[in-house]
Amino acid sequence: MTRDIRRRTPDELLREVQAEEAGAGKGHLKIFLGYASGVGKSFRMLDEARRRRERGQDVVVGAVQPKVPPEVVSVLSKLEVIPLGNYGEGTAIDVEAIIRRHPAVCFIDGLAYDNPPGLRNPTRWQDVQDLVKAGIKVIGSINIQYIDELREQVEAITGKRVAQTVPISFIKSADEIEIVDAPPEQPLERSPEEQVDAERREQRLSKLRELALLLAADVVEYQLSDYLERRGIKQHFGTQERILVCITPRANVGEMIEIACTVAERFHAELIVAYVKQANLSPADEAALEEKLEMAQAVGAGIQILEGEDPVDTILEFAKSRGITQLFIGHTQRSGAWSNLWGAPVDKLIRRSRGMDVRVFPQ
Amino acid sequence: MGYASGVGKTYKMLEEAQALKSQEVDIVIGYFEPHGRKDTIAKMEGLEIVPRQKIQYRGSVFEEMDTDAILARRPQVCAVDEFAHTNVPGSTRAKRWEDIEILRDSGIHVLTTMNIQHLESLNDEVWQITGVRVRETIPDWVVQGADEVVIIDLTPRALLHRLARGVVYDREKVERALQNFFRESTLVALRELALRETVHELEHRVVHDVTGPVEERTQSERRQHKILALATADPRTAMLIRRARRMSDFLGAECFAVAVHPSGDLSDLPESDREAVERHLNFARNMRIETRILEGEDIARAVVDFARRNQITQIFLARPCERFRVPLFSRDLMHRIVSLAKDMQIVIVSEREPVEK
Repeated sequence: MTRDIRRRTPDELLREVQAEEAGAGKGHLKIFLGYASGVGKSFRMLDEARRRRERGQDVVVGAVQPKVPPEVVSVLSKLEVIPLGNYGEGTAIDVEAIIRRHPAVCFIDGLAYDNPPGLRNPTRWQDVQDLVKAGIKVIGSINIQYIDELREQVEAITGKRVAQTVPISFIKSADEIEIVDAPPEQPLERSPEEQVDAERREQRLSKLRELALLLAADVVEYQLSDYLERRGIKQHFGTQERILVCITPRANVGEMIEIACTVAERFHAELIVAYVKQANLSPADEAALEEKLEMAQAVGAGIQILEGEDPVDTILEFAKSRGITQLFIGHTQRSGAWSNLWGAPVDKLIRRSRGMDVRVFPQ
Repeated sequence: MGYASGVGKTYKMLEEAQALKSQEVDIVIGYFEPHGRKDTIAKMEGLEIVPRQKIQYRGSVFEEMDTDAILARRPQVCAVDEFAHTNVPGSTRAKRWEDIEILRDSGIHVLTTMNIQHLESLNDEVWQITGVRVRETIPDWVVQGADEVVIIDLTPRALLHRLARGVVYDREKVERALQNFFRESTLVALRELALRETVHELEHRVVHDVTGPVEERTQSERRQHKILALATADPRTAMLIRRARRMSDFLGAECFAVAVHPSGDLSDLPESDREAVERHLNFARNMRIETRILEGEDIARAVVDFARRNQITQIFLARPCERFRVPLFSRDLMHRIVSLAKDMQIVIVSEREPVEK
């Protein structure tokens, strides 16, 4: 294992941090993610603006929400605001003015807005990209329902469809993402005029919270693998469960996939079904295999056809490279590469599957 | 719930305490650990504190939360820092979470703070990520008993900023902190763990589906899973039990832990083995797992017979050790259980090894 990460001393870290905080170098994007309006996203974000300003940073606010609660008004009064520009049919952030002013950090409350026609970009998130490109650190906020790819899921929960969205690729491109979590009661208190059954609403909000937390976890996971990769670290952290189901033409795949799906769903785990290619399959086995792979595909598993001389080595090598935490296998089959499985191969597999759990299925 | 010291859990808790107080809720602070953090201390202003009790231990005086005084004061809400804290020996209860259970039993609402690394069933994962064995843990059922779990998030970058500015610890502690928990990759991984666990805690609390007609459940979801873990003197039994507990929680399955001995009790085992088995069974009971000691000369047969009588669907075993000479005994045992329990799934559990960074 490589050990090429130099430990930083507090002084080095402080210098790094100060350079970063001063906005030196390239622009940087940080996103505050909320699951519903009223969780205090604007306040959390603008409170960060206030603290940065108190530490002497050059901070401006480039966009404010149309309606803001009183605590946000009081924070805003201590900050420099570059107001939205009026462009005929609507408003948009004043990109030119912000770039001219060139603050170290610019706060954008609300990222999901379409711009009126005729401007440099059709949407606000593209404006933000331009600010970042100009070397400004941007800190913005968004609610989960405004993410394009999640729109259907959110609609299924809330029954409402939002018109203006941001693509998930933009969210994932952020250098940092921070979730603003709060129990559902708080947003409930903010909208007393709504006469919906409280319990149902609470459950809806819980589902939105879940979506937001999972999105944040996925972005974090993506950043973690990127970090490890850049440093040449091959070992995975077991923070996300990853299930690998190894199938053969004659395995009792139905039961394996069924429980794998349940476990994957409950753990929000990644599910992969793998088959190690065997030479000279009979037509019957070919057909059986095809059917099993289709079954795996139907439940949304990732399919991997592996090639290698030794099935155990091939599977383990693949499992390690993908950070598998749970390996599902069958035993006692009469033919194929997994014949006499119990005996040498399964035994070998268990002996060498360090760091992962092996689930042996009856056949 | 947070993922490290300094993410702002206590600050957030006190903010909520202040908000409740402004709504004229009768709230007191039961225990508060300032750690010299100015912003946090400022948030205490105007809140009533129940004085701590002093406890003598080995010639020194320690301060702990005074549960009896809080019970006598009877507030509506009590804020208590550091859920996972272990009380000094000589306290009425060993753990702070036990004190908090007492407060809740008497009808007092409690706000408290913890980090993800203190959750018992994640102990091995946390060890893998940090290389540190966390000793102060809270059984999962205690956390599941909370009415709400809220994650206090902060990006690792921002946390490192705070650390470097000396907001979290003083200078000497910073140096040490940077070497284990506070490496960026460690923080990122712990944060992901906290986010995923919070999702699980949420799902645990959402009972009904609100999106309309209940989705068609698969057969496997309807089927009742039952899990059995084999407890032995092997030190990896603790890991095995944690894993079995976690799988049971996620599958909504019942969970058992059994030990097998020819005489049906442990009295004629060598002292050290008996202590180890008893410790493991006790650990399982603390995790709310039902335990049994089975009588039998043939361990594999006793386990499988018990499993069959109790409709167990999954048997959890520790992976046989692979050092120097392979202990034939444990491999044989695994083989025999697999071949006897043809109708069950056998899960061979491995140790998670710390990631080298």
